[in-house]
Amino acid sequence: MFKDLFGKPKYVTVRTRTKQEKEDISPDSRLWTKCNSCNQIIFNKKLVENLLVCPECNYHFRISAKDRLAITIDEDSFQEFGQEIFSTDPLEFPDYKEKLATARARTGLDEAIIIGEAAINGYQVVIGVMDFNFMGGSMGSVVGEKVTLAIERSIETRKPLILITTAGGARMQEGMIALMQMAKTSAAVKRLDDAGILYISIMTDPTSGGVTASFASLADIIIAEKGALIAFAGPRVIQQTINTSLPEGFQRAEFLLEHGMVDMVLSRHEIKDTLTRILKIHQVGVSNYD
Amino acid sequence: MTNNILDFEKPLLELSAKIKELQSFMDEKGLDLSEELMKLKERAAKLQREIYASLNTMQIIQIARHPNRPTARDYINYIFDEFIELHGDRKFSDDKALIGGIGLIDNQPFTFLGHQKGKTTKENLSRNFGMAHPEGYRKALRLMKDAEKFKRPILSLINTPGAYPGIGAEERGQAEAIAKNLMEMSALKVPVIVVVTGEGGSGGALGIGLGDRIMMLEYSYYSVSTPEACAAILWKDVEKAAEAAEALKITAKALKGLGIIDRIIKEPVGGAHQNPEEATMLLKKAVLEEYASLSKLSPDELINQRYMKYRNLGVYNNDWNDVLEGEILKEEVE
Repeated sequence: MFKDLFGKPKYVTVRTRTKQEKEDISPDSRLWTKCNSCNQIIFNKKLVENLLVCPECNYHFRISAKDRLAITIDEDSFQEFGQEIFSTDPLEFPDYKEKLATARARTGLDEAIIIGEAAINGYQVVIGVMDFNFMGGSMGSVVGEKVTLAIERSIETRKPLILITTAGGARMQEGMIALMQMAKTSAAVKRLDDAGILYISIMTDPTSGGVTASFASLADIIIAEKGALIAFAGPRVIQQTINTSLPEGFQRAEFLLEHGMVDMVLSRHEIKDTLTRILKIHQVGVSNYD
Repeated sequence: MTNNILDFEKPLLELSAKIKELQSFMDEKGLDLSEELMKLKERAAKLQREIYASLNTMQIIQIARHPNRPTARDYINYIFDEFIELHGDRKFSDDKALIGGIGLIDNQPFTFLGHQKGKTTKENLSRNFGMAHPEGYRKALRLMKDAEKFKRPILSLINTPGAYPGIGAEERGQAEAIAKNLMEMSALKVPVIVVVTGEGGSGGALGIGLGDRIMMLEYSYYSVSTPEACAAILWKDVEKAAEAAEALKITAKALKGLGIIDRIIKEPVGGAHQNPEEATMLLKKAVLEEYASLSKLSPDELINQRYMKYRNLGVYNNDWNDVLEGEILKEEVE
């Protein structure tokens, strides 16, 4: 439905949405949506104008990778790279191929992340955006490779890197190959760090498991979107382990800020502007101490 | 010991009891039944070979989790000639589930890291069943940086069900601690030798597991998630753990086939818990062999080789249609 607002963006090199997916986003009708948090009925037109944030209670709905791109970067500035990489089924894991095909059809994406070069209010960046609708945003070989390619492009072009995450963790269906993507991406971040290039991580709802415990937590500046669940182990696992109830707001963005794990918590409306200001400060600072 | 007999070990133990019985009967009566005895012993050896040749993944996990399986402390005691444990992350506390220190193996200095499980319930409670908090990973990083400063190779032994999923662990940045270790370990200027000795539980294992050589004991496992959790998440049915265990490809043999690990270290017949001394000696031999080859590399070569080892990890295809054909890498997995 965001497409209606932003027109048909030229950057979309991936397939357009299916009818099924439109229905998923707006389950109640094409006209209005019920807020997951305050149960208010919101007109979709209003919800879209408000960047999929509830105008009543400020609840942030989850948002697709394409819509996230549309609200974060300058129109028509996206140049995707690393397209021709597809997940295989190296373990011959039950139902994996079918799940991949379903996720592709549902999201119009080839994988749980898209990467490319783009501009944010004129500032050139390399950007990667994950999509929770693609198998829970899980990291398998392709996500690991694309994150690494984005990092390498940053090093090569010396453009700042922005990664916007949403993930359930490592992709179970790729077993240890998926776990090793944590090592691969973290090693690549080390090279980016050594090259002295700015890396901003934006963790959105939810970001957990192997993605939190690798590249997402290794940025120079970490932004958490308002209300996002950000965790290593999910709340259900913790509850089962310790067998007591969890504190109010546990593992939410605000909780992480309080415990010193993120630099700031931003509402969706503030992200593009804040990114611009961070990029500006870093650009002014370039080469003063060379 | 008697409390910890695995199901598939029972027929073997019954047979060896019979052998003992016959032996003492012979001694007592002064009879020569050595032919019978020999036959029984042959049968026992054959049975053992058969059982251990056809273990399924859940049975291997049982051996990996065996309470008498050698722990980090056992390996230290057997393979180090000299060892001093070092404590604390200098930030919050000392994690008893992940221990570390410095020592000598055959006169070669090593920095040691390892998850520490207990053998009794009481000991396990104090060791948190080998499940480390962020402090454990931060202590490990401190000791690794120290190893780098003094040009000591690092030996890291993995044996954990996973990093601890608790309130304090989350509050203090379990994810950040593991991520930071991965980032820093990728560029350490000294050799890092990793051995999974029992359970290799996901990120909690990997948090001290990025290295130049990754080895696994024959009956250990290394997995993105426990089969129980995998079955619960994917199929909403914990009863399907055995199915998940096979599907996840988590044994040493399967992971060697997938190119995730470099080497399998043989265990004594019946598993490391049957003969800890021999098990530790086999590990020592493998570690020293790998160190001998790594020590020939310059720091730059070492770091580059390590980087490329991980850079190249991943299986993907450039054509979606090939994915649907589904024949990719079939041989390699076998």
